[in-house]
Amino acid sequence: MNISVRNAEKFEFTAENMTWAEGQMAKYPPSRKQSAVMPLLTRAQEQNNGWVSITVMEYVADLLGMPYIRVQEVASFYTMYNLKPVGKHVIEVCTTTPCWLRGSDDVVAACKDELGIGFGETTADGEFTLLEVECAGACVNAPVIAYKKEYYEDLDNDSTRKFIKAIKSGDVPLPGPQTTDRHKSAPQGGPTTLKEFCAVQGGQE
Amino acid sequence: MLADKDRIFTNLYGYQSYGLDAAKKRGDWDGTKQILEKGIDWIIGEMKASGLRGRGGAGFPTGLKWSFMPKESDGRPQYLVVNADEGEPGTCKDREIMRHDPHKLIEGCLVAGFAMRACAAYIYIRGEFVHEADVLDAAIEEAYADGLIGDNACGMGYKFDVYVHRGAGAYICGEETALIESLEGKKGQPRLKPPFPANVGLYGCPSTVNNVESIAVAPTILRRGGAWFAGLGRENNTGTKLFCISGHVNNPCNVEEEMGIPLKELIEKHAGGVRGGWDNLLAIIPGGSSVHMLPKSICDTVLMDFDSLRAEGSGLGTAAVIVMDKSTDLVRAIARLSAFYAHESCGQCTPCREGTGWMSRIMQRMVTGEAEMEEIDMLLDVTRKVEGHTICALGDAAAWPIQGLFRHFRPEVEQRILNYKKSRNAA
Repeated sequence: MNISVRNAEKFEFTAENMTWAEGQMAKYPPSRKQSAVMPLLTRAQEQNNGWVSITVMEYVADLLGMPYIRVQEVASFYTMYNLKPVGKHVIEVCTTTPCWLRGSDDVVAACKDELGIGFGETTADGEFTLLEVECAGACVNAPVIAYKKEYYEDLDNDSTRKFIKAIKSGDVPLPGPQTTDRHKSAPQGGPTTLKEFCAVQGGQE
Repeated sequence: MLADKDRIFTNLYGYQSYGLDAAKKRGDWDGTKQILEKGIDWIIGEMKASGLRGRGGAGFPTGLKWSFMPKESDGRPQYLVVNADEGEPGTCKDREIMRHDPHKLIEGCLVAGFAMRACAAYIYIRGEFVHEADVLDAAIEEAYADGLIGDNACGMGYKFDVYVHRGAGAYICGEETALIESLEGKKGQPRLKPPFPANVGLYGCPSTVNNVESIAVAPTILRRGGAWFAGLGRENNTGTKLFCISGHVNNPCNVEEEMGIPLKELIEKHAGGVRGGWDNLLAIIPGGSSVHMLPKSICDTVLMDFDSLRAEGSGLGTAAVIVMDKSTDLVRAIARLSAFYAHESCGQCTPCREGTGWMSRIMQRMVTGEAEMEEIDMLLDVTRKVEGHTICALGDAAAWPIQGLFRHFRPEVEQRILNYKKSRNAA
């Protein structure tokens, strides 16, 4: 990825995020604060409108007593850090083979058509960014889109359009399978095992 | 078919709550203290007797792995590290454990950590699993509040902490030493072995890295006895296993089955069969994207376990079954995997960094047939030059799918090259 630009303004954690960051650092031995670099960068990215600037990296580095270059290495190595500004809604489409076999081409086409942008692009109004991701790890519910903190599964062209339209209208669609008659990763139509057990409802989540 | 009473992951599909009360009703945290009181030697003995082989792909005997940890501390703390960086294409079983049965994993951390004299467990979960990590965090909170882990875990006077560490998107961190590097706050680039993690692992301390499923099945094995687990499956391939069935089946799903179940039975009983019927099957990748694909003729009879699949030149891997029917462009399916490995190469070793990109570019041309016939042998030669010449197995994993394709479907690719040439000449 390209070198990111600097934030115009200064970056620092909100009080709430700072408390959270201290909790993260406490997970590791006192001399190993560096271990917290990834969760801290993730939280900083959330606070910084979805991307990590050089300013953000330097702030995290100072917090953990790390050389700036070490934080930049981490930020550029892991794909979940966005090194340039992104839209308010980041739509991540998995296209790896298991998703492709189940029709991720249709999902990609629906996304591109509804949003009018390609992979790696952001809509002119700054609302949407479309990203192609490698295996999301939900292959029996393929094809999959990751949005915010959830997975949207078992998509096809129509349900993808519906999903994007819902976001456009300000809704947060219900995560999980976007098809009927399917419960999470159980087979469509109901489980083939543990039937008695699965009849006992009451899953929280 | 495996009987429900022998299934470990009874809440695999999340029909019930993941919470502590529901988990206890399902049998978790039952007599954990009594298990620990039987001592380290007993625990490791039972794990060895169970025949459990690591569920992350390599299939190394779990009990043996635990026994490698130093018995006398030299002052350094010891750690259990749980590999929850699930990302092998086709694989989505650990996700279900973490979001629906997290207490199995946490209890497993305690018994495994105890058996290896660890002071803490770090669960390294892939960053994309935000929801799963939140559930796991909540379940860990419950376990602390109930005194199951913490300063006096299960009232044993043993201090044991469990932490969740969130990754940020890197397949390579599923490799154990890359995972340790990442956990230390660095780029996830694998380390040379030796030294092995059991001597020099996390923070330079003795560490053992285990897959989520291997750890999560341990408490049930210890409660029911190693002999019970060893009685399922067949020798050297014992127990139950979570299978992920994806691709061209009528009902893709996760399911827990007995090791050694025939591949055909697995698909027909649980996944509603191959789309268009069994005779519409073209090929199956039986163990996650890294293993060789199998043509239908082998799929007809092969058993789903380590040794059966190895005998066919493939592997059980993570038991992620990717089914491809006759409509599939196999070359494109494998080319997409080649692109995946090129994307995920960490860049440390030259053969992998350069080779994965090179293989991916050639595979792209094979998709359209825009290649020379002799390039097939050159491509296979390159796969063998990458394979075995890198620090970690990512290079091998990138080479094997291509080798598998040409081993079983070389004439199809050759025909494609001929067709392309014909169409060019006609034009």
